[in-house]
Amino acid sequence: MEATQATPIKYDMEVVRWFTIAAAIYAVVGTLIGVWIASELAWPFMNLDIPYLTFGRLRPLHTNAVIFAFGGCVLMATGFYMVQRTGATKLWSNGLAWFTFWGWNLIIVLAVITLPLGITQGKEYAELAWPIDIMIAVVWLSFGLNHIMTVAIRKTSHIYVSNWFTMGMIVMITYLHVVNSLAIPVSLTTSYSIYSGVQDAMIQWWWGHNAVGFFLTGGFLGIMYYFVPKQSGRPVFSYRLSVLHFWALTFGYVWLGAHHLQYTALPDWTGSLGAAVSLAMIIPSWGGAMNGMMTLSGAWDKLRTDYILRFLVVSLAFYAMSTFEGPVMSIKTVNALSHYTDWTIGHVHSGALGWVAMVSFGAIYHMVKKLWNTEMYSDNLVNVHFWLATIGTVVYIVAMWVSGIMQGLMWRDYDEYGTLTHTFVESVSEMHPYYVMRAIGGIIFNLGTWIALYNIVMTVRQASAVRGVNAVPAKA
Amino acid sequence: MSDHDKIYSTKFQDKIERNTLLMFVMTAIAVAIGGIVEIVPLFYLPNTAMSGGDGTYNSTAHKDSKGNSISMDKIVWNPATSEHKTLEDWQPGDGVRPYKPLELAGRAIYIREGCYLCHSQMIRPFRDEKDRYGHYSIAEESMYDHTFQWGSKRTGPDLARVGGKYSDEWHRRHLRYPRDVVPESVMPNFFWLEKMPLDVAETVQTMKVMTIMPFNPVPKSIYTDAYINGAKAQLEGKTDLDALIAFLQGLGNHIKFEEGVNYRD
Repeated sequence: MEATQATPIKYDMEVVRWFTIAAAIYAVVGTLIGVWIASELAWPFMNLDIPYLTFGRLRPLHTNAVIFAFGGCVLMATGFYMVQRTGATKLWSNGLAWFTFWGWNLIIVLAVITLPLGITQGKEYAELAWPIDIMIAVVWLSFGLNHIMTVAIRKTSHIYVSNWFTMGMIVMITYLHVVNSLAIPVSLTTSYSIYSGVQDAMIQWWWGHNAVGFFLTGGFLGIMYYFVPKQSGRPVFSYRLSVLHFWALTFGYVWLGAHHLQYTALPDWTGSLGAAVSLAMIIPSWGGAMNGMMTLSGAWDKLRTDYILRFLVVSLAFYAMSTFEGPVMSIKTVNALSHYTDWTIGHVHSGALGWVAMVSFGAIYHMVKKLWNTEMYSDNLVNVHFWLATIGTVVYIVAMWVSGIMQGLMWRDYDEYGTLTHTFVESVSEMHPYYVMRAIGGIIFNLGTWIALYNIVMTVRQASAVRGVNAVPAKA
Repeated sequence: MSDHDKIYSTKFQDKIERNTLLMFVMTAIAVAIGGIVEIVPLFYLPNTAMSGGDGTYNSTAHKDSKGNSISMDKIVWNPATSEHKTLEDWQPGDGVRPYKPLELAGRAIYIREGCYLCHSQMIRPFRDEKDRYGHYSIAEESMYDHTFQWGSKRTGPDLARVGGKYSDEWHRRHLRYPRDVVPESVMPNFFWLEKMPLDVAETVQTMKVMTIMPFNPVPKSIYTDAYINGAKAQLEGKTDLDALIAFLQGLGNHIKFEEGVNYRD
């Protein structure tokens, strides 16, 4: 152990810096679009009678921006960061990493242009046109190849657990993207899926749920397993639990997609199987959450002073909550009520805001300090961001719980004469206060991302200024 | 024994953790199994509406509300056995049919505008859904939907059986300015669809593509070359709004589940 730090390793960190800054920017943009479309549902005039800004066109832009622009840049920043540090090696190819950076950002720019124009394949979370799908495959494989080859050239004996999760994500997302996106083009911008009806629904939700399971969960668990121990200065609570967590999740998560199609024309056995495995997944998910939480054993006092650690710990609380809520919603009896309602939207956001965004910002703040070798411009602003993010998330999901359960109950309610009590549109007008509340929750969360961006930019400027002063004598 | 040689889990797990290729292969196998088990059978098991390409398809019997079986050729329209031989002659109750050209164009508008993000097209087998929307949806009813439109959210009502529920004129007013007709609605105004001329060439090309789909293509006996060539005449001069209304009016009335009852009522 003693003789390892003789010569410091030169890592390829410039590309990680760029991915980190990009992620901070996309967090602002993605949640801002979210606030906008939430407002459209509360106040329809917000569609502004402009085709490019209608809910149906902007909603895919919101999901693509937060999942693939923000989430993707976080995963690539942390992926390249962790794989180098845990393997004590530079990247296999720095040039390829830059190709990944520019390629991924080009895809994001194309998404921003095409989605408001109504260019879509009509599959949730896989809307982008077929030529962009091909670009995604190429850029994704460039990331995957670089990551796996860097693992292969590592100087350490074992592959660190974070890299297992990243590798699992790389493989699964490749399968999903290729199979789900198979389509026959009609023109450069339009294409139709080769599958139809039942088969297409199952494949779409196999993709849809595993974009959550591997992109937004597996990949971010890799982040958790690196950054929670690093930030708390404690080793992972249990190595064996992490082995169990990884294999159970990797094998099991794949089965869950069918629970999105309970009581539809999908054969009954498929949905039931999806629900059964969903329930079983509570065990590894909670095992993983506990593994992260217990890593703080003996270091809980740090939560008082370390705001970055707060992000990481609260993210685990939301992870545990979401991975309990999800299986409950997959049970047919519950799903009969919750499906098609805002409850689903609330569930997604307790995962996306509470878990993914929180753990991301914990990792981003940690990396910014290391990458620019400085302290944060303002620790207080990190704390302000933490509270805005937490309060915004809670306001959002509470609004959606109430509205979702209310919708479900109103739709199925019968009066004493045996006729439906409510018309559909009554349920729409009853949602108004909750849609307003949701928009407010989103605004609070979005405000936090602005503060984060400001804080990060000021930190980088501060670090550059210090470096500038040092550089002057050398130049002169 | 140095720290690095100690095995903390099992020999096999330790081996995987030391070997990148082995880790890659084991992961690639682990993530493949669930999808294979759940997806592949849907291409050959009954009740999935997968056509065999020879006029047969994987279906199970559906019964009407009196318990009588609905004959198979009344579930999926087959011009060879039906008394109505062309799409123009087809009548509600003849069974599920492919889209007519204007409907197909309307479906593209429906997808373009992201209607599926707020409207489902999948009625579940519950009492309240039957009362509100009609008979539950069956697999055959979306067999020609390349990119299914079942949706996942009902910010607005289900549309699986909206066809014929309202007049064309109601749809025209509602789509242009929804709050003129339904004051509580939160739907965007789509008045501008009226000014957009239909993309005729793309619709014709879409018809051709639908016949070459590897799974559940539109039979060439229905989309004949002559029919595709004749589609242009039906599409010329139409707007996006016309097409969208035609699409909506064709939804959900293909199968007669109960004699004398249109489940859209």
